[in-house]
Amino acid sequence: MNTLLVLPILIPLATAIACLMAWRSRTIQRIIGVIGAAGLLTTALILLATVWRQGIIATQLGNWPAPFGITLAADLLSAIMTVLGSLMGFTVMVYSLGSIDRRREAYGYYPFFHLLLMGVSGVFLTGDLFNLYVWFEVMLMSSFVLLALGGEKAQLEGAIKYVTLNLISSAFFLTALGILYGMAGTLNMADLAQLAKATKYPGVATTLSMLFLVAFGIKSAIFPLFFWLPASYHTPPVPVSAIFAGLLTKVGVYTLLRVFTLLFIQNPGYTHNLILAMAGVTMLTGVLGAMSHNEFRRILSFHIISQVGYMVMGLGLFTPLALAGSIFYIIHHIIVKTNLFLVSGVAHRLQGSFDLEKLGGLSLKAPALTVVFVISAFSLAGIPPLSGFWAKYILVLNSLQIESYPIAATALVVSLLTLFSMAKIWAGAFWGEPPDSSTSTVAPPSAPNLFTKAVLYGPMFLLAGLTLTIGLMTEPFMALAVRAADQLMDPAPYIQAVLESRP
Amino acid sequence: MNTLIAVLVGVLFGAGIFLMMSRTPVKLIIGLVFLSNAINLLIFDAAGLTRGIPPIIATGAETMAGSSADPLPQALILTAIVISFGVLAFALVLFNRTFKSLTARDLNELKATDT
Repeated sequence: MNTLLVLPILIPLATAIACLMAWRSRTIQRIIGVIGAAGLLTTALILLATVWRQGIIATQLGNWPAPFGITLAADLLSAIMTVLGSLMGFTVMVYSLGSIDRRREAYGYYPFFHLLLMGVSGVFLTGDLFNLYVWFEVMLMSSFVLLALGGEKAQLEGAIKYVTLNLISSAFFLTALGILYGMAGTLNMADLAQLAKATKYPGVATTLSMLFLVAFGIKSAIFPLFFWLPASYHTPPVPVSAIFAGLLTKVGVYTLLRVFTLLFIQNPGYTHNLILAMAGVTMLTGVLGAMSHNEFRRILSFHIISQVGYMVMGLGLFTPLALAGSIFYIIHHIIVKTNLFLVSGVAHRLQGSFDLEKLGGLSLKAPALTVVFVISAFSLAGIPPLSGFWAKYILVLNSLQIESYPIAATALVVSLLTLFSMAKIWAGAFWGEPPDSSTSTVAPPSAPNLFTKAVLYGPMFLLAGLTLTIGLMTEPFMALAVRAADQLMDPAPYIQAVLESRP
Repeated sequence: MNTLIAVLVGVLFGAGIFLMMSRTPVKLIIGLVFLSNAINLLIFDAAGLTRGIPPIIATGAETMAGSSADPLPQALILTAIVISFGVLAFALVLFNRTFKSLTARDLNELKATDT
């Protein structure tokens, strides 16, 4: 058994259990939480390095050979996603130390945070569709609790929408699994991929792929299935929104990438063109929704939708370069988006509001925050030389190369509108007139102590630094994305690695 | 038998979705219960129903003689039942808490966080 593949799941589980055992002591929970998240990040980095050196690795749990046993497998895409997931886990964990209130800490914030990370790692590393469903549920259960924890009215209302829509999505997923099992007699992804090439019923396969598209489409919030996202993501405390924004929809995108490069490639003329069209509309509706709002986190929530469009666009184009663009986009997006949510938290702390009109004047009050925002926001909009520029450049370049002009035009227009909407936050929150303190109902917050400042600003600087690094030294990250995309386009080594791996 | 269960699955799906369209929160939950039961039956049915041949290897033999019922769908359904039970229990509590604290009676009244 390859422990490296099991550890990203075991470490968060152990951390969550340890936190539960220390239920009465917030201090111990915090210490355990940070250590666990750091451990997870280290393991994930080692995993990525191993996969980069040795190629795809796989292991069978319970000593049953594939396709009967429970398979864990990591190709480069899985490893990259695990690293990103644990990196967000670590930064948001540190940020939480300074921003989660005592009540939420006392009622199990840290254990559920780590269970969420466990679910996310499980989704990325599993090689079996039914296990994917189980990990989805682990992740969803913890996200339900994190979303509702604290019990504010808006939170509960957001949680109802989030829970209902996600249950429906799980229902679709399970239905598709049942039919797929009836058709193929296996749910191991590598085994299925082998059968998919020689399927006698391409029509049924395409129908099934649509069920999967709806199930994962709800999870990744693509048009027209995104309505739960802007209704719920702005309600919980900032660290929770940040980890949701960074990871959860991207888990959906990951599963789309996996399923539509490994299993459903019988009829790309239909499925992938449909995905491409959905991607275009997703980008457009997301950015238009963002433009119509004036609240920091609602704008950012709509931008998640619009950005998911870009990631799915690469899948729709279905060329090696486009897929590399998608993967690069995911890397860039997770880092930037989480960071923007973290910025909104500090802005709220300074001015007591998420409303752009009530924020105003942050550039004078918090210059460090301003720098972080500028880097992240302009990267999101795709200003060179930041990471978002390269991500969009590759996607647009490739769509022009294969003469897919409508999507290229959409991507460029949406990019411009994104810039507009980031400029709106900039003008409102950072430049605008500071709110009149005599009419403000919120008492100015007490000055944070040094520890709070460090845990709030540390993660933001780290993520902003990474954005800059990816932008200025694109080469290694691009090489990573290209190799991951090559592995996706040619599933033979993946199938071989899984089916031939010894328990 | 296969056809009969397929029809039952269809009826349960229809009823479940119909109930979920309603504005009453309790009906929404009952709709979800119907839906998850429909899916469990669907997995059972799609994998093929085999009657009276349990997958048990006879004493002394090394392998199964002939074909038998597939045990895997039942394992899948068992897992799905456990998960949907937990999730529905959580949803019930969440709905109860929400409608108490918002003093709302109707899903249409939940518009505060909409866009």
